[in-house]
Amino acid sequence: MSVPDILAADPAPLPGAAPPGSAAPGDATTARRPWLRTLTHSRSLATGLVLLAIVLLVAIIVPLLDPGGATRLQAQDSLAGPGAGRLLGADQLGRDLLTRLAEGYRISLAVSLGSVALALLIGCPLGLLAATGSPRLGGLIMRVLDVLMAFPALLLAIVVVALFGPGTLVLLLAIGIVYTPIIARVMRAAALETSRQSFVEAARARGASYWRLVLRHITPNSLGPVIVQATILMAVSILLEAALSFIGLGVQPPTPSLGLMLSAGRDFMASSPWVVADPAVAILLVVLGFTLVGDGMQEWLDPKKRAIAR
Amino acid sequence: MITRRLLMTIPILVGTAVIVFLILRLVPGDPASAILGANATPAGIRQVRADLGLNRPLWAQFGSWVSGVVRGDFGHDYITNQSITAELGARLPVTLELAGIAFVLAAVVAIPAGVLAAVRQGGIVAKVVQGLSVLTIAVPDFVFGILGILLFALTLGLAPSSGYVAVSTSLGDNLRSLILPAIALALGLGGVLARVTRSAMLEVLHTDYVRFARAGGMSPVSIVFGRALRNAAIPIVTVAGLQVGYLLGGTIVVEQLFAIPGVGQLIVQAMLNRNYPVVQACVLIFVVGFILVNLISDLLYTVLNPKLRRAGA
Repeated sequence: MSVPDILAADPAPLPGAAPPGSAAPGDATTARRPWLRTLTHSRSLATGLVLLAIVLLVAIIVPLLDPGGATRLQAQDSLAGPGAGRLLGADQLGRDLLTRLAEGYRISLAVSLGSVALALLIGCPLGLLAATGSPRLGGLIMRVLDVLMAFPALLLAIVVVALFGPGTLVLLLAIGIVYTPIIARVMRAAALETSRQSFVEAARARGASYWRLVLRHITPNSLGPVIVQATILMAVSILLEAALSFIGLGVQPPTPSLGLMLSAGRDFMASSPWVVADPAVAILLVVLGFTLVGDGMQEWLDPKKRAIAR
Repeated sequence: MITRRLLMTIPILVGTAVIVFLILRLVPGDPASAILGANATPAGIRQVRADLGLNRPLWAQFGSWVSGVVRGDFGHDYITNQSITAELGARLPVTLELAGIAFVLAAVVAIPAGVLAAVRQGGIVAKVVQGLSVLTIAVPDFVFGILGILLFALTLGLAPSSGYVAVSTSLGDNLRSLILPAIALALGLGGVLARVTRSAMLEVLHTDYVRFARAGGMSPVSIVFGRALRNAAIPIVTVAGLQVGYLLGGTIVVEQLFAIPGVGQLIVQAMLNRNYPVVQACVLIFVVGFILVNLISDLLYTVLNPKLRRAGA
């Protein structure tokens, strides 16, 4: 896999040296800011970022407008339709759906971010160790990860929930464990690729220590694919969170969650379709956002390889 | 190649068995009181402990559990006190039928769509296929299921909104009861398959041998289906194999939504009732199934690519 110019640049550029691409002729603004050119050229990246910005704004602002609104019961508003004052309608207990969606987004995003961060925290060192340690240790690590990879994602998460009981934190832990082998594998493959490059060879010839080689040279130049994978996993963890909460093994009521809202709304959807349509569209928007950003980054890193989202 | 792949499966199966076995041992507190829950009496706990062999050393418990599983004995359901093997025997065919219909639906629609999107690259068909595949990947299966119930069951009345009719009762009603859940499962799978097919085909269509075949006057249809698709098949088969894992995970949620009495519904009920021996059996069935499917898809490579057959022993 070819490493893009930005990442393959000298791992430790001299201070004051011109950044690569700055002398390129053509449009002065985009030439100086490669990320801007990427944004304007990759429609999926731009669309995804806009979607995520909307989701983030809703998640941050809406709950501030009506603190406690997500769990306040108002019997007279039971199943009120969308309209003025209640943009997206109310659920069977008269709770405002927009506020509940926003709170649900907060939970979803927290679980996704937390689980991906956990997977990065455990998976990256494991992958690096498997790539740069002794072949025997590397083999052992990969065999253990193979066993975890043999479990379908939802099933492995269910096993973790079986051990600790359902709840938001357990959900985060469960999804993090599901992702650890995936991150570790990507990290290992990228690190193996990087460690074969000549600048690593040169650093080794200069007498760099193991830790310096790994931390200073191999890791920073192998993170590209890992970041793309992490973005795609964010999308999948929103799906996993919703699915597990939907079947009652994830977030527990009264905490608002998109999956829980869908499962509770099933009984009322014939007469009040917005009860399920709202969370359904909400899930769609955030997952689409992360998927498109992941796709866009993938194209940018390596146009030949397309990620498989699920 | 084949023997190596078979040998690699053994440590994975052993590791899986250990993890699944440990589910029951790592449950917080005493497994016996966890199984009995609030109704635990000292006599009941003693009985369950004896049934589980909890007073024996761990390795001996593992050994007898494995030898039971190998003989098809998964132990007893602690709530209904029935044999888990019999329960699985009744539910497994339902899940397999659902997953099978979903898989066939997805493959039959998505692979030709992906081929079309690659052949007509940049055209309107390709854009529609790509847009649909991004959309179906981003929407979870149970959301499609709910929207399907809303539209086809509650509004149009074309299919039942939930429940399952056995094949022995009526084949037509059986298929009608499975069509909505199968489509819900097939959409996401189809999106992924169409995407992989498209990118694999694009790669193959730009190779020299396809260009030569075209220059030699071979008809476009036989180039695409006779040469290109055959060579694009390996990534498609790999991804299809891996997607079966997600299909199995999907059945858990979709069976719950449509009240279909399969293994997925069983595992959720067992989890909610803390019926751990049943959870253990279901997890094992799913994981072994997933491992076998991936083994089969790896073995298919050797059929698809004769080079691999000669490479190893």
